[in-house]
Amino acid sequence: MNTQAAQPLTDTVFALTLVLLLLAPLAIAGVALINTGLGRSRSAAQALLGNIGMIAIAAIVFALVGVAFTGNLPGTGGGAGHTFWLAGKPWNWAGAGPLLLGGLGTAAPLSQLALLFELLAVSMAVLIPWGSGADRLRLSAGLAIAAVLAAIVFPLLAHWVWAGGWLGQLGVNFSLGAGFLDGGGAATVHVLGGICALAVVWIAGPRQGKFPKEGLATAMPGHNAVYVVFGCLLALVGWLAWNVAGAVIWLHAPLAALPVTAVNTLLSAAGAVAATYTITRVRFGKPDASLCANGWLTGLVASCACAGVVKPIEAILIGLAAGVITPLLVEFFELALSIDDPSGAITVHAVGGLWGLLAAGVFASQPGQLVAQLVGIAALLGLVLPLVYLLFKLVDRFVPFRADQDGERIGMDLHELGGGAYPEFVIHRDDSYR
Amino acid sequence: MKYAGLLVMVAGFFLSIAALVLFPALVQRGVFVVCGLGVEGLGLFVTVRAHMPARGESRS
Repeated sequence: MNTQAAQPLTDTVFALTLVLLLLAPLAIAGVALINTGLGRSRSAAQALLGNIGMIAIAAIVFALVGVAFTGNLPGTGGGAGHTFWLAGKPWNWAGAGPLLLGGLGTAAPLSQLALLFELLAVSMAVLIPWGSGADRLRLSAGLAIAAVLAAIVFPLLAHWVWAGGWLGQLGVNFSLGAGFLDGGGAATVHVLGGICALAVVWIAGPRQGKFPKEGLATAMPGHNAVYVVFGCLLALVGWLAWNVAGAVIWLHAPLAALPVTAVNTLLSAAGAVAATYTITRVRFGKPDASLCANGWLTGLVASCACAGVVKPIEAILIGLAAGVITPLLVEFFELALSIDDPSGAITVHAVGGLWGLLAAGVFASQPGQLVAQLVGIAALLGLVLPLVYLLFKLVDRFVPFRADQDGERIGMDLHELGGGAYPEFVIHRDDSYR
Repeated sequence: MKYAGLLVMVAGFFLSIAALVLFPALVQRGVFVVCGLGVEGLGLFVTVRAHMPARGESRS
């Protein structure tokens, strides 16, 4: 998983990967549409504007600062990163590249593609918590979250996994398979985003009226199922490009392996949506559109970690499991744990990503791969989650996450933008949901 | 309790790292890493509980 040690790319592979990376933003567009559709109509414009703003801030901050910690662009000293030694083994914990994208023009083609991949990856990662904070998270808080993630957390994690960091080197240093495998960003993008979503939900709290003093949680369905389902279709195109490009850049897969990666991506999503459709059909008597969309997305997220390393039949099984857990966990988080997550990002991205990472180890042929994946999962839950929570708590002190009660009541569009996304719509009161 | 849970999660992570350093055999490493994950799960449980609203209290 170290770009510095990879073989030089042929012109054909370089061109193919570049085209794939230019299609990958469709996945980001899909997630943005899903985030918007699963929120309420009175916050739709703020939700979409927030997506664009967070991508912009993340791209700028990552290009100026974060890129130095990923270590994909070699510094003038030629060092790949900051390393300490423990028990006779090197632990490379942070990259040591130049700031401000220095050396991009003269870097090796694979390093340039890796940087573009990371730029897109950080843009996707910051959108995930935005969907969970829908209808109460302030725009300025979203931008601050994007800046923190792009400057510190994502670059460190990307270095650990992709750019010669300690997780990627578990195979070399501790004989654990091929090291931590994450070709499509299941850990660096989706689990990170899902963990951030959990932190945002904890800090911002539930929407007004979501959990009344007595009785069950109030159902607050998304305002536009068409956005949600079309976002899923758009995301498929982006995901196919994303996983195939990731297989080339991070797994150094040969051309012959790329169609299988794409097939696995589609099969995982297909298996997941089939399972979610069946579960919701059995539980509720009719299939649920938003849960099916979440199931589809969970299948895609799970495929990120394993599409390049499993067989097609295994991809279907991974998707089926993802599709079964999605509706059950969405319900469990809301009803049992009082977690108000409008986009379902904690289930879709955090749990889906963790399942994909685990599955990559379960179905791998190399000995020790499962342990490598478990160590990566331990780092995500035991180190990244507390770090993100504390950083967000700090941000919340200076840029409060939550809008005031009046703002939430009239909707984030009117409160923050001064105008609604659908000016001809009648805005419902909260008690009309009950 | 929120922060106690987070600290327990960090402790679980270091337990997993200790497995890599202390045990050369794959099975022992795997078991110890799973134990570390179990500790992290305990910490996560505590943190989740601490964020849940108390019974009878307004939850909005």
